[in-house]
Amino acid sequence: MSVAKLRIYRGDSDGGQEVEYEVPVEEGTVVLDAIHFVQANYDGDLAVRWNCKAGKCGSCSAEINGMPKLTCKTRLDTLPLDKPITVHPLKTFPIIKDLVTDVSWNYEVRKKIPPFKYPEDTDWKMQQVDVERSQEFRKCIECYLCQDVCHVLRNHNKKNEFFGPRMMIKIAELEMHPLDIEDRKEMLREAAGIGYCNITKCCTDVCPESIHITDNAIIPLKERVADTYFDPLQWIIAKVKGS
Amino acid sequence: MANGTAQNSITLRTDAWWISPLITAIVLGSFGIYSTWRAFSNVDFLVQPYLSPFYSPYILASWWPFSPALLILWAPLGFRATCYYYRKAYYRSFFLAPPGCAVKPLAKEGSYTGESKFPFIIQNIHRYFFYAAGVVLFFLWVDAFHALWFADGFGIGLGTIILFVNVLLLSMYSLSCHSFRHLVGGKLDVFSKCPTRFRLWEKVSGWNENHMLWAWVSLFSVALADLYIFLLAKGIITDVRFI
Repeated sequence: MSVAKLRIYRGDSDGGQEVEYEVPVEEGTVVLDAIHFVQANYDGDLAVRWNCKAGKCGSCSAEINGMPKLTCKTRLDTLPLDKPITVHPLKTFPIIKDLVTDVSWNYEVRKKIPPFKYPEDTDWKMQQVDVERSQEFRKCIECYLCQDVCHVLRNHNKKNEFFGPRMMIKIAELEMHPLDIEDRKEMLREAAGIGYCNITKCCTDVCPESIHITDNAIIPLKERVADTYFDPLQWIIAKVKGS
Repeated sequence: MANGTAQNSITLRTDAWWISPLITAIVLGSFGIYSTWRAFSNVDFLVQPYLSPFYSPYILASWWPFSPALLILWAPLGFRATCYYYRKAYYRSFFLAPPGCAVKPLAKEGSYTGESKFPFIIQNIHRYFFYAAGVVLFFLWVDAFHALWFADGFGIGLGTIILFVNVLLLSMYSLSCHSFRHLVGGKLDVFSKCPTRFRLWEKVSGWNENHMLWAWVSLFSVALADLYIFLLAKGIITDVRFI
C-alpha cells in the first residue's frame, strides 16, 4: 500500500496555513476518504462539508492541487503522488473553517432570478423535444465549482455585478422552457451582468455533471441578448412579425 | 480577492497549465504575422487558375491604392476575432484573462469589464461578421470551381484539391458557428412548432460541438492554400496535374 502526503489548509477568516498529513492509498481511495482518514487518525476537528459521497449532493467542493473539484470524485491514483497534494477551500467564497466556506451568496443571488411564469390558460402538455434542452441544466448539483473557478467572481470579485455561471444555467433553464413567458433579457444584461463573461469556459471544464455551461447556456443567452439589444435586423424582423 | 486567507499565489495548480495558452499564442501569432505580410504584399497571389484565398474575391478598384486583400479581409478577420471559440483562445493566450482556469489573471482586481464595455462589447455583433464572411465564402467556392478550368481545358491539379479542401473546411467552420446555431433555431423555445428549424438546429448543434476543431483546421488550410499559390507564383514549386 502506498502513502500520499496531503497538505490541507487549516484556518479560518483570521488566517491559516497548510498542514501536512500522510494517508494510505488503496485502489479507489478518493480525496474525501483521505480527509476522513485525517479526521479519524490525526485531527478530529478538521472541518469539511460533505453529505452523499456519491457526486450528487455538491457539498464536498474544494481545490485539489489548485483545481476546483469534488473531493468525493477525485481518486488519489489520478493525482501525482510523488509530490504533496494540496487541498484548499473554495477561494471565491469567505472561509468559515478549514475546508468549509460560506456559499450563501449564491442563494441570495438565486432569489433575484424571476421564477417560472406561465400563461393562465396553460394546459401543461409539452413535447419532449421542447423540454430536452432545459433538462440538461437541471442536472446541476449546485456544487458551485463553476462559481468558484469563474475569474469574474474569483479574481475580480464582481459579485455585485455578475451572477456567475451557475445562475446563467438557471436562467437558461427558465428562458428556454416552452411554457415560460417571463422575459429575463434586461435582467441578463443589467443585474446578471452576462457581458462580464468572456467565454473562457473554465466553468464548463470543472462541472462534475458535464453540463455544457458555456456552449448550451451562456452563449445562447448572449445571443438572445444580442437579438434584443445589438441587432437592428432582428428588431425589423420582430416589428414585421408584430412580436 | 474574496477568500484572502486561503490563496495568495498566482495559482496552486501543479500541472502544466501554461502549455496550452503558450502554443495558442505562438500559432495564432504566427498566423497573424504571415497573413498580415501576405495581405499587404499585393504580389504572388494569382497563378491561373488558382487565386489565393487572401485575395478572394479579387477586387480591382482604381480608387484603392493599397492591396485589394485589405478590401475583403476585414470580413473573415472580424468573423474569427469575434468568434466564440477564438475569444476563449485569445483572452487566455494574449490577454491572460485568465491564462488558465484557477490561475490569476493579468488585470488588477476590479478593473475587469469583460464584454460589457467598449471595446469588447463589439463581440455582440458576431452574427454580422458571419453574414459578411458568408459572402466571402461564396466567392471562395466560385474560386474552387474556377480552379477546375486550366488554359487547356478541364483539369484537376494539386492546387484544385487544396482550394476545395480549404473551402470545405471554411464552410464547416462557418456552419458550426454559435451565432448561426442560434439564428437557425436556437432562439426558439418551442421546437415542436417548427420541425424544420429544429432539424437544422440539431444538425448545426452537432457541427458546433467541433467548432474549435473547424476553427483550427480551417485556419491552417487557408494559410497553406495561400502558401501553395505563393510558392507556385515564385516558381519554387510546380503544380501537380492529376487530370
